[in-house]
This record gives sequence, C-alpha cells and structure tokens, in this order.
Amino acid sequence: MLVGLGMFFGVMCLVYWLWSKEQGGSVMMLAGMLLCFLPGSYYFWWSRRMRPRAEDDPKATQASGAGVIGTFPGTSIWPFTMGMGAFFVVLALVFGIWFLVPGIGLVGWALFGGTSEGRRGGKH
Amino acid sequence: MTDVLDPPVVHESHEPEHEEHHGPTGILKWMTSTDHKVIGMSYTITSVLMMVIGGIFAEIIRAQLTTPNNSLVSLAQYNELFTMHGSVMIYLFMGPFAFGALANIIVPIQIGAPDMAFPRLNALSYWLYLTGSITMLSGFFVAGGAANFGWVAYAPLSNSVNTPGAGADLWIGGLLLTGFSAIFTGVNLTATIFYLRAPGMTMFRMPIFTWNLLITAILILLAFPVLTAGLIMLYCDRHFGTHIFSVAGGGVPVLWQNIFWFWGHPEVYILALPIFGMVTEIIAVFSRKPVFGYKGMVFATLTIGALSLGVWAHHMFTTGVVLLPFFSIMSLLIAVPTGIKMFNWIGTMWRGQVWFSTAMLMAIGFLFTFLVGGITGIYLASPPLDFFTHDTYFVVAHFHSVVMALMMGAMGALYYWGPKMTGYLLNERIGKVQFWLLFIGTQVFTFPMYILGLRGMPRRIAIYPLHPSWQYLNGVASVGAMLIGLSTVAFLVNIAYSWKKYPAGDNPWDGHTLEWFTTSPPPHHNFYRLPQIRSERPTWDYNHPGHQAAAHGHLAEALIESDVNS
Repeated sequence: MLVGLGMFFGVMCLVYWLWSKEQGGSVMMLAGMLLCFLPGSYYFWWSRRMRPRAEDDPKATQASGAGVIGTFPGTSIWPFTMGMGAFFVVLALVFGIWFLVPGIGLVGWALFGGTSEGRRGGKH
Repeated sequence: MTDVLDPPVVHESHEPEHEEHHGPTGILKWMTSTDHKVIGMSYTITSVLMMVIGGIFAEIIRAQLTTPNNSLVSLAQYNELFTMHGSVMIYLFMGPFAFGALANIIVPIQIGAPDMAFPRLNALSYWLYLTGSITMLSGFFVAGGAANFGWVAYAPLSNSVNTPGAGADLWIGGLLLTGFSAIFTGVNLTATIFYLRAPGMTMFRMPIFTWNLLITAILILLAFPVLTAGLIMLYCDRHFGTHIFSVAGGGVPVLWQNIFWFWGHPEVYILALPIFGMVTEIIAVFSRKPVFGYKGMVFATLTIGALSLGVWAHHMFTTGVVLLPFFSIMSLLIAVPTGIKMFNWIGTMWRGQVWFSTAMLMAIGFLFTFLVGGITGIYLASPPLDFFTHDTYFVVAHFHSVVMALMMGAMGALYYWGPKMTGYLLNERIGKVQFWLLFIGTQVFTFPMYILGLRGMPRRIAIYPLHPSWQYLNGVASVGAMLIGLSTVAFLVNIAYSWKKYPAGDNPWDGHTLEWFTTSPPPHHNFYRLPQIRSERPTWDYNHPGHQAAAHGHLAEALIESDVNS
C-alpha cells in the first residue's frame, strides 16, 4: 500500500514538474514519494521474511495468537517529564535562552530514565 | 451475551496474573498512565475544552459582526480573535479530537490489541499536545497579544517587522509541539494497526474507522513534517535574519503558502477521515446492517488520501503563480471517492432498520451538512469561480459547512462511544435537543454567509459599511452561531445531568465491532476474552449466531439479511 502510494506520488511529481516547472511543490512531492518508499520498502522486506502471522490468517483461532505480545509498561512518569522538557525548550524560543537549561535537562533526564526503564521492562 | 453457540474462546493474555491492574490513582494516574484509554480520555477532555474556548472566540466574532461599525472589540483584538479561533479549532480541537482522542481509545480495542504499540510515546504525544495548547493560548497574556496574522500565517505578514511580539512566537512554538505530538501519534497508530491485530483480524476485516485512522496516520506522517520544517524556517526568518520568505533578501514569500498548504490540505483530510470513519460505524450499527461496499469504502479513503497531497495550491489560485489546470483537475477528482463514500453511507441505511438515536441523527446531520460543504468545494475547485469568491465569506461558509459537519460527526461519536469510554450513557432527550440546535444553527449560520460571499463581503473584516443586505444577513448568521453555542451548552448540561446516571452495559447499541465485546469501560489491557473473528463485525456474529456472516456487505447479502431482520 505504501509502495503503491509512493509510486503514485512519483508519477504525480513527474507530471507536476514537467507541467509547472515549479520547484517547491515538486520537491515536496518527491520527498513525499521517498517518505512512502522508506517505510513501505521496509514493510515489504519484512513481509517476505516473516512467518505467516495469525492476524493475517482469515481462519485463525484466538488460541493461535497465544503468547507474549510484548511488554507494556503500566505507568511511567518519563513521558510527562519529557513533555515538560520540550515545553521549556519551546519557551526558550520565545522568552529567553536560559529556558533551555531546565528544558534540555528535563529531556535528558527523561531520556535516561525512560531508556533504563525500558531495559528493566517497566512497571506493570 | 445470550444464545452462545460456540464456547467463548479465552484470549491468552500475555500476563494472566495481572488481570486486575493496580496503578496509582488520582492526579498521579493521569500524569503517569500509559494506558491508551486514560490518555485518550485526557485527549478527549482537553480537546472538548479547546472546542469550548474556540467556540467562545467564535461567538465574540459573530457578536461583533452582528451590526455594521460595531465596537464590541477593537480591530486589533478582532485580528487576534479570528486567528486564535481558527488556530484553536483546527490545531487544538478538531485534529487532536479526531486522531488523538477517539482514535486512541477505540482503535486498539477495535482490532483486539491490549494497548497502543508504543504506550509511552503515546503519553508523550498527549503531553506535547497539552503543552502546545498552553503555549499557543498563553499568547493572550503577553505584551502585544496573541498571534494576529490569521491561522495561515502568510508571509510577509508573519515576519518580525509586520508582526512583532511574543504572541506570534508562542503560536509557532505551540504548533511545533502539537506538530510533533501528531507525528508521534501517526507513528503509533500505524505500528499498532500493522502489528497488534488480534488473530483472524485481517486487514480487510478491520472496521472502517480503523482503516480511516491508518490512512490518516500515513497522511500525518507525510504532511506534518512539512509544517514543522516551514515553522522552523519562519522562526529563522523572524529571529535569525534569514530571508527564506522575504523578497528583500532574495527569498520567496509564496513559498510559505506552498509549504503551509502542502500540509494544510492533507490536514483537512486528517480531520475529516477519522470523522468519516466514526460516521460509517454509527450508520452501520444504527441501521443494523453491515457497511455497504466495504472495500469500495477502503479504496475511496485511500484515493482521497493519495489525491489530497496533490491539491494544495487550490488555496492559492489567485496568487497567479500556480498551475491552475493541474490543481483544478486534482481537486475535482477528490469529489469522486467522496461521492462513493456518500452513496455507500446511503446504501448502508437503505432498507436497514434505522434507529434514530442521537448518534444516528448526528451522523445524518453530518451527511447533509457535508454534502453542502462538499458541493460548494467543487465550485471553489474551479479557478474562474474561485477568482470571484476568493477571500470572501463564500469560502468561509464553505469551510464552516465542512467543519460543522465534522463537528456533528464528532458529537455523534461521543454519544456512540461515550458509553464505552465511561460506562454511562448520555441522556437521549437532551441529546436530541442538542442535535436540532446544532443542525438548524449550522444551516442558519452558513447559508447567509454563502450569500454574503456572493455579494462581495470580504473575510477577516471587523467592521463593514452600512449596507442593508449585508447587515440583515450578518444578523441571521449571528443567530445561527448563537444556536450552535446553545447546542454546546446543551451538551455540557447533558454531561452534568447524565453523570453516572444511566449505566450502559457492555453493548448498548448491539454493536458490530470488537470494542462492544469487552466491558464498559474496558479493563486494563482491554480484553478478558475475544470471539472468533470471521468477518468485519465479530461482535455481531457472536451475538447473532443464526446469521450468516455477511462478508463486506455485498448488496445481495445485505438485502437478504435485512429481509431476515424485518
């Protein structure tokens, strides 16, 4: 689907470029095409290598999907910390460069905390 | 949950010992939760609050325009008001409501997933959205006031000479934050839908709402980075002395318009496609029929998504530097898949047992209002007509028909899924009052604006000369806006009145899709068990075992089934 979308944008880009000779839009369409191809080809690459999944089997039973899906943290404070950090970084754009200190500090702290929480598997 | 033929199949939870979730409660729960339902509720509450704030701006704008030469607000205040009305409604209400609030709660449940693929990223999305909203709105409290260059921030009006002050910078900053929030949500939704579906939930059994959210997520990923890049360029122009958008330094002001609308037009579909999905679900459930033309619906949505990235310059016809025929053809083409959807919605209702609940009324109101907005959109896709109506109230009316239709769809979705989110139904009687206020108000509000546009009233003016026909029509439009405001009051009254009054049960509407299989509200990680998934409406199949599964609602099967029903 994504590859198809990418090809569509490729064709559109070519038509638009040859017809309009306008750079801005052509570049954005080209980038749009590449943005489709990037995950699209990744998914395609994986879909060739994966075992058939229960969710794609029209006759799958619920039991066939049994097993560990993944680890989902129940609660985590780090998204909030990082959000506040990003908030301060943006405020630094407006009110003064010193806002970067708490901003980058909070983002860094959250990166560190979130990563180590991810390694432990998080709280449930 | 009666008449069970097959024994229920127990879904093997990945952590069976944690059926009951023991997490923090109170404010700490809202701050630290990574549960998609809690985050979705935060999104819902915040975005509805934003709707009320944006609505208050709208009422002040309409009050100002009720009479000519009114002096309720100053000209500068009026500029701030219409800028922030547009910005709040588009960036902070409709977008986050569509792909943040209901998508977050409903999509994982509809595909039988325990949570979103990246729960902590999901929480981060919400915090960026909230801080972005606070950043943008705090513009009202700084010297010089909030941003006042219109929600489109055209260069060179938005540069540091024409719009000095912190308000504009706060607007840019708030958009950067909400932009990243949207991108993260897009990543999350895509990964969730590709990788966390329940066994048997193939791509072509996903509910239309989920399909639309997948396509919305891809559009977000294609469009929002462009806006973010543009905003950074704009900020550099304002503060670092670059001349990307200024002629003086060799830049191109119209480049901003290109970048903005390359995001801005897909954004319209980013708002609309989730609402289309909500309306599809509502119409199918309350007609007691499968979706008519399921695959056609999916491909129509895909086509809309693909075309939407090639139509941006139809907002720029009058700049004189865009390729008119290309963008006109592309814009007209979008009418085709949208028309397919329109007929599919009507086809779903056709010979169904239509139950006129509030949600269904809202969906039908959506159909009518969206048709008006869509058809006037086709007029505007034609350059000669656009030259005549550009920057008049005709465009304003067209756009408001579309978004008020989306508003009805959103309200319908709150009536439809609200019981699943909270466990309690809303009062139907007040809901119907709300619907009629909203529906009549919208038409009374938009139709005079169409005529005003054709009579030449430009948009974004705070005062207008004494002109009998303009004054009369503006008065009517203001009455309509007041009715819409009253409908929102009715909605808030309904929430207060119905607060924990009508327990919903698991499946109050005899729903089709998996979210109606679990409890209301769903437990942590959503499901204790799942039914076999053999069609796109597994819950219905489970509750009505005598029915043949009508795959993709082909006409013959749909008609046979409606005959069996009646």
